[in-house]
Amino acid sequence: MAIPIDRQPEPGPPGPPRRTRVVLAEVARSDTGAERTRAELSQQTQVGEALLRGLIRAQLALALRLSLVVGIGLGGLPLLFAIAPEVGAAKLFGVNLPWLLLGLAAFPFLVAVGWAYVHLAERNEQDFIDVVQRPER
Amino acid sequence: MGNAYTVPAIIVVTLVTVAIGFYGLTLARTTSDFLVASRMVSPTWNAAAIGGEYLSAASFLGIAGLILKYGVDVLWYPVGFAAGYLALLLFVAAPLRRSGAFTLPDFCELRLGSRRLRKLATAFVVFIGWLYLVPQLQGAGLTLTTVAGGPYELGALLVGAVVTANVALGGMRAVTFVQAFQYWLKLTALAVPAIFLALQWQADSRPPVTPVGGPVFPAATTVVVEEPARLTLPDGSAREVRPGEELSFAAGDPVPEISSVDAAKGADWLLPSMAGDDDRGLFATYSLILATFLGTMGLPHVLVRFYTNPDGAAARRTTLVVLALVGAFYLFPTLYGVLGRIYTPQLLLTGRTDAVVVLLPGAALGDGLTGQLLAALVAAGAFAAFLSTSSGLLTSVAGVLSTDVLGRGSVRDFRLATVVGGLVPMVLALHVSGLDVSQVVGLAFAVAASSFCPLLVLGIWWRGLTDAGAAAGILVGGGAAVGAVLFTVVGPELSGWPAVLIAQPAAWTVPLAFTVMVTVSWATRRRAPTDIAATMLRLHAPETLRL
Repeated sequence: MAIPIDRQPEPGPPGPPRRTRVVLAEVARSDTGAERTRAELSQQTQVGEALLRGLIRAQLALALRLSLVVGIGLGGLPLLFAIAPEVGAAKLFGVNLPWLLLGLAAFPFLVAVGWAYVHLAERNEQDFIDVVQRPER
Repeated sequence: MGNAYTVPAIIVVTLVTVAIGFYGLTLARTTSDFLVASRMVSPTWNAAAIGGEYLSAASFLGIAGLILKYGVDVLWYPVGFAAGYLALLLFVAAPLRRSGAFTLPDFCELRLGSRRLRKLATAFVVFIGWLYLVPQLQGAGLTLTTVAGGPYELGALLVGAVVTANVALGGMRAVTFVQAFQYWLKLTALAVPAIFLALQWQADSRPPVTPVGGPVFPAATTVVVEEPARLTLPDGSAREVRPGEELSFAAGDPVPEISSVDAAKGADWLLPSMAGDDDRGLFATYSLILATFLGTMGLPHVLVRFYTNPDGAAARRTTLVVLALVGAFYLFPTLYGVLGRIYTPQLLLTGRTDAVVVLLPGAALGDGLTGQLLAALVAAGAFAAFLSTSSGLLTSVAGVLSTDVLGRGSVRDFRLATVVGGLVPMVLALHVSGLDVSQVVGLAFAVAASSFCPLLVLGIWWRGLTDAGAAAGILVGGGAAVGAVLFTVVGPELSGWPAVLIAQPAAWTVPLAFTVMVTVSWATRRRAPTDIAATMLRLHAPETLRL
């Protein structure tokens, strides 16, 4: 994809049209430092390895944290009902609590956790992209 | 049944399925179109297609039947079936898409570079696929017998033949459209009658779900006994009944207990199992949770769909939409199971609780036009469930058969593989009619959770996995689960702890598979692929970097 820079040339004396510089958007955004980081990633140098390991660790930690949320939030229910039968027998709006929790509330809960994951995982990736494409100062 | 709309509705669903298949066929021009929809399917279509493919006979019929029988403890089935997509989203979706693997055997070869492991994975894909196909065809036979009085064999063969022809001729592109259509049909077919059922329950001045004296017949009912059993009447007297004997009950009569059907009653049905008196229930619950949460990612027909996403981020978003769509669907089977307790208690005597979804509209709403139309709608939705899940399963079974066993993956090989892959479960479905739909599906989840889940999770997140470790884990963990399945299907009946360990094996086979995979990989760490860094980069680096 190419975008023209200096779309409107400054008004000047008539004559041969001024040269318009056209550059690739990506090249315009990055510079040699970012290029080097990318090369380090694709050539698997130690720096590139360390960057990638950081991303994988961040994504795995996120996935494990959220599965812990579900593991406790949902996975803890059978144990809770088993050791505290009064919770299982409690009623809300005339319906027994386990029926409401498992038949109704579990599904929005799962979708909410999934939504949070997609959001946070994309942020991790954006952080990674920012590091890779940061121009060297 | 005397419902004039049911059979036409089933025929219309079948014809529309075939028609959309052929519409897709005219659009399929290249091998890539045919097999993977050229990766041009939009996320919403793709998500609806995944949902349509996933919601099988077990979801549409089985869950409501189990709830009718066993009550609150089996609510973990729908929760687990939905939560499986969360596990898939968290650990597998984006990296799997980025790997470029179309099937599980492809993933084995990409990640570990082993042809032998690929063959082993192929064997498991085919086993899980067939194990999952048989109950779909059985569900079709049961539904046709229930709603139209046709023979069991006809329904099973009809669905088998339609699916085989459709997949062989239309391929994946066609299946994507068919599946997306099926999802919305299935949701409508459960949701619309559910609204009428709830209104009817209100209009009947809200009869209690668990009356003090146990369930009662809402109307005069005649039940024909099918196997010898012992009938226990509410007053405590008991008598033997013989096959063929007709039992007549008047409206308001209490429903007796019968020894041939294992069902929970009273507080057992309403309340979760408690600690102390019996820990087997708790073990079975956790085993079921483990199997369904972790098994979804290992189901062959679910995985194939991820290849049709354009990139990893789209794969994640698609999975999230699937989770929402599937979750919305699972709100309804519970209602059918609960209302079935009031309106169709005779199923507790016959044991055919899988039929509750198709029988309930007629039983609760009467023989009027509304009742008949809604009953036809539900039957059509049930057929959509059989057609879509079987199509997806057959596509993936045929996919691995055509590339790894029968040929080299050309369209002709794929068609041949489809016919072979479709005939085997059809023959099996004719010979094993005694299996319980939901239990077999649960076992397929347990096998997937004990074989492919550790392979995918460790393969994606752990550099140390080796081909030897993966093969050992699949053979030991997956093999143990397969053994449990075969024992459940053909072995003698067990009781006590062995019965629970065999019927719900995931709680011990999944940790076993992970342990073996990690231990053997560690012992053979010299065999770890040398290009692991490049593979990890491919799996985890966002595509926008264009490395």
